[in-house]
Formats: sequence, C-alpha cells, structure tokens
Amino acid sequence: MSIFVDQHTKVVVQGMTGREGSFHAGQCREYGTQIVAGVTPGKEGIKVDGVPVFNTVRRAVEQTGADTSLIFVPPGFAADAILEAADAGIKLVVCITEGIPVHDMLRTCAYLTNTDCRLIGPNCPGIISPGACKIGIMPGPIHTPGSIGVISRSGTLTYEVVHQLTRAGLGQSTCIGIGGDPVIGTSFIDCLAAFRDDPQTRGIVLVGEIGGTAEEEAAAFISAQLEKPVVGFIAGLTAPPGRRMGHAGAIISGGSGTAQEKIRVMREHGIHVCENLGTIGDFCKNIFQGI
Amino acid sequence: MKLHEYQAKALFRGAGILVPEGLVASTVEDTVAAACKLDYPVAIKAQVHAGGRGKAGGIRVARTEAEAGEAARAILGMTLRTAQTGSRQFTVNKVLVEQGVAISRELYLSVLPDRTSGRIAIIASSEGGMNIEEVAATDPDKIIRIMVDPLLGVQPFHLRQAGFGLDLSGKILGDFTSLLAKLYRLVIDKDLLLAEINPLVITADERIMALDGKIEVDANALYRHPDLAKLHDPEEEDPLEAEAAKHNLNYINLDGNIGNMVNGAGLAMATMDLIKQAGAEPANFLDVGGGASAEMIENGFRIILSDPRVKAILINIFGGILRCDVLASGVVEAAEKVGLSVPVVIRMEGTNVEEGRKILADSGLNLITARDLNDAAIQISAIAARA
Repeated sequence: MSIFVDQHTKVVVQGMTGREGSFHAGQCREYGTQIVAGVTPGKEGIKVDGVPVFNTVRRAVEQTGADTSLIFVPPGFAADAILEAADAGIKLVVCITEGIPVHDMLRTCAYLTNTDCRLIGPNCPGIISPGACKIGIMPGPIHTPGSIGVISRSGTLTYEVVHQLTRAGLGQSTCIGIGGDPVIGTSFIDCLAAFRDDPQTRGIVLVGEIGGTAEEEAAAFISAQLEKPVVGFIAGLTAPPGRRMGHAGAIISGGSGTAQEKIRVMREHGIHVCENLGTIGDFCKNIFQGI
Repeated sequence: MKLHEYQAKALFRGAGILVPEGLVASTVEDTVAAACKLDYPVAIKAQVHAGGRGKAGGIRVARTEAEAGEAARAILGMTLRTAQTGSRQFTVNKVLVEQGVAISRELYLSVLPDRTSGRIAIIASSEGGMNIEEVAATDPDKIIRIMVDPLLGVQPFHLRQAGFGLDLSGKILGDFTSLLAKLYRLVIDKDLLLAEINPLVITADERIMALDGKIEVDANALYRHPDLAKLHDPEEEDPLEAEAAKHNLNYINLDGNIGNMVNGAGLAMATMDLIKQAGAEPANFLDVGGGASAEMIENGFRIILSDPRVKAILINIFGGILRCDVLASGVVEAAEKVGLSVPVVIRMEGTNVEEGRKILADSGLNLITARDLNDAAIQISAIAARA
C-alpha cells in the first residue's frame, strides 16, 4: 500500500501541450504512471505521445475515467485549473505551478474544503509511490519502494533526502512535496494522518523550512496521534529575518517561523531532529533500525 | 513587494480612507517648501522600507521653518538601521512631510491573509503606535483577531465585532466600521499581503485617520496590477540582488565569506546551514532554479564574485533529471568565461555523474569535486580554516 496514489491512479495532465507539461507527462508515463488524458482549451482532438487531449477536464473525465489531475498551467490560470478539476469530479489534484497569487489560493482552498477533492501543492514537486506511480517532476530513479514515508515543503531538498534514504537502504512508501507556498491544499498533518493509517509505512521523514507554524502543528499531532518514529529536518537555520528565501512561504516574520524554534518544538514532541543534511541518510538508518 | 508609507497612503486615500495632508520631498529645499505649504507643526518622516523608523531617528516634528530645515538635513541621506531591518541599512532618499494632527486616541488595525487558517485576518488593538508583535507577546488580551472566510468576504457583524472590541461608540464607531470595510476591500482588490495602519488615530476633532501606513503587495499578482507594479522602488534593494533579479536568479546578500549556488530554495537554505555547520559563514543565498543552465551558472558566478568578501564558492546541484555531464560542461564554460579568483567546490548528483566529474577534473581549473554533500562540507571547512 501507499498513500493517496497507487498503480490504479488514472491521471489527466492539465497543460500537457506546453513544454514542461509534455516533458514531465512523458517522464511520468515512462515511470509507469497511467497518463490517460491531457487538457488544453482549444486543442481537443490532437494527441501527445498517443494520449488524447481534451478542451475541458469534464470531457477528459467522461471519456477516460481520469480520477487525478496533474497541473502545469501558468500561475495566472492555475487557480482556475484547480477549480475546474474539482468541479469535474477529480479526487486528487497535484499542482506543480509556482507563483500563484495568494488571494487566488485562499479562495481556491476555501472552495475545496466543501468538496471531496484533495489538492497537493501548489509550488511542489508532486507525489510518488515508488515502483507504482509518479505524479510530478521528481527524478524517478532516486526512489526505491519501501516503508518510509517522506513529506516535505521543498523540491530538490526532498530529492537529496530521498537519495540518501535510498543509499542507506531505506525504501519509501510514498514521498509527497506539499509545496513551498504560504497557502497550500494538503498539510503536513493530512499526510501524517494518512501515513499513520497506512500499514506499509513504518517510519516518517518530515522535511520543513522556515516560515509559518506548520512544523509546530505537525509536531503536536505526532506526539498525540502517531506511534511510528519520525525524523525531522528544518532548512534555514542561517536565514535572515524578514526575507523571502526563494519560496513564497519561507519567511521569518515578526520573530516567528525560525528554524531554531521549530527544531525546539519538534524535539519537545519526541521527533528525532537531524541538523546536518549531509548525514541525514545515516541518521535515519540509525533511528529506523529494526522497524 | 513593500510600498513606501507615502505610496500606501495614496492607496488609502484612493480607497476613501482619511490620511493627513502630506507632500513628498527629496531635497532640503523641497522639504522646507512643503512644510511651509502645510500648517506647522509638521512631521518629517523618512521613506524607507523599514519599520521602527521613529526610534532610529527617522521621524521628526518641526514647529518652524528653521526646524523643518534642520530635520530635513538630518534625515535626508542618513543611513537607517532599525530594530526591524536586521543587518541591512537603508539610505534615506525621500521624506514625507505631513500635517501635524491633534490626537485623542491611538489604535492598531491591519488586514492580511493568514497562512495558518487560510482566511483573511482582521487584527485590531487598542494599543496603537506600539509594535504589534510585542503587544501580542506581553498583552494578548488587547488584541482582537477576526477571521473572515475568503469566499464570504467581510460582513457587517465582523465590522461591529472589531469596533465594539475597541470600545468605540456613536459616530466614531460608524466611521471605523466604514473604514475597515474599505481597508478589507483594498486588500482584496489590490492583492495585498498586508495592509497595516499603526497608529489609526481618533483626532481631537473626532475624525478617524490613518497616521501611518504599511502595505505589502503580492509580487506574483503584479501582472494584473500595472498601477502597483510602477510603485516598485529599485533604490530600496541591495544592488547585487537587483542585478541577480534581472537574470531571473533568486539571490540574497549575506555577511559571510563562502559563496554558494544551489538549485532549489529549500536545498539552498540547507546548503547555507551546512556551510555554517562546517565552521564558515554563507555569503549569500542563491537559487538558480531547477534548470541550472550554463548561462544561469555564469551569471551566478559573476554575482557571487562581485562580492569582494567571498573566499570560496560551493556549488550544490541536485540534478536528478538534469545530466551531470551537461552541467559540468556548463560550469567549466562559465568558469573560463568569468575567470575564477577563488577555489570552487562542486557537488552534483544526477545522471552521468561520473562523466561530469571527469569533465571537471580535466578542465585544469581550480574546481574541487565533492563525492557527496558531507564531503562538500568537509572541503569547505578545510578552505575556511585556511582563509
């Protein structure tokens, strides 16, 4: 088992005829993911690598039975694309797009709470259940099937962690990038709850960064509701206050959101925090021994 | 994107929120002329993107023409480093000259998207003019927080809740709720990440007025607000950061001596931390993005090397899909073009990593290849110890 996605997941790619969309749809398909449709308004009838393109998500769902959407639409149109997918009955939306205005995401996420559609992202690398399904832009070969769940606010930082896990002989059940934006669809806690209920997942790595209080909330959830061991890592110990560190959500404001505070709270709640990224693979091997 | 106080107040005025009469000046003569057009006393306020200006000497009151001249000479051109600016300094190029106001009460009011709840937060306090984070820490009961569903928008009951919470009544209560509704509308219409009025004052003649104003606009939404995009003030930016932005590089200048270039923001922050843990200090944050093309790396080299404090550079690229041989050729090409004056440690991961390392080793340049991230930290540590 895994969480949110598996080998049965059928994916429609919104923005598949674009450069990024077509490249990554191809990569996902090569990994074994069922890419069943693409959507680009005005291009219905054409095919990309044999995959039919539709004008609307609703048509794509009707014609192909897609249940999950992967979005590569530019930021100004991405919120609309998410809403369109939810309205068409899509159950899981993975939005890669970076740079969506905050107010667009506030409205979109508020709307989604009244539907049964889950959004992962935006501004994220996506989700992968190694060996079964990859819906996103992460490099497939660094992953290996196994029993560690990985949750992260970042992209390449997650690849680094996963790469070290794989090298340390620790395979992954599912790896999720929840996104670097301040307003996102799926939280650390949503993922932790799913990993808690997934028998394949035996240990969890949570990769956070400065800004907001998501890590602190996750820590409280972990000590209250989770018996599986959790390793934590927080990026940004050296980040200056008041500056956005690349990600829209990575900012220390008014003295809150520092890496030091997050690490303190995580330790207080029994999370094994690794402070040195260079050694996180060995650190995990040590913590997850015998699980 | 932060706005200046005078720009924020222009937006307030446009939204129908009362602000004091004011004029912007950038020379001593213009400041005095502006002061004379208004009635004394006037406030002369440094226009920089930094809070805590008052305590740092950036705001003065002038009662006469002579005092106005003196204040202008003191403030214009001064470098301001306040409790809220960290290690950065701001040079004052402009002042806002403002009509003095007789105040009977000072309040605090702000409207902003709240990332934790995913709602629009209205924050009000009877403790106006103070640092709101300090009030929140020392006197949390004095802060009113109202969370508005972004789909519903602000409702009359939200407005009353804020007004009664501040102990307002009668005409002032009505004026306040009307002002708050306008401020909320402004935040939505202009894609603001923050609209703060501190202090919001009740004047001696019973008017409610924004005495200060702080606005941050969502830079990702500027494409639909060309009027706001024009308010960008490049003089407030670090020159190297502005140069990097031109090349689509995400660069932040820091105080250390180890330059670094990384793909991805999270990995870039973690790499900075690693430099610190290796016993050195990062000179910058630099995210070259997922692609990391030869051109990006060349521009990255130029920007990092134009900081004279840099003694070594760490490149950390987790390519994944990116091919390391292509990346290595890009680094060599960029290094040859730029001319490296300091040692460069390169850690890269991705397909064809062995070919990539060979290209670096055969280049004859001062490029040190690290086996993995841990090895990169050890190499940097050794260089820092020698520096």
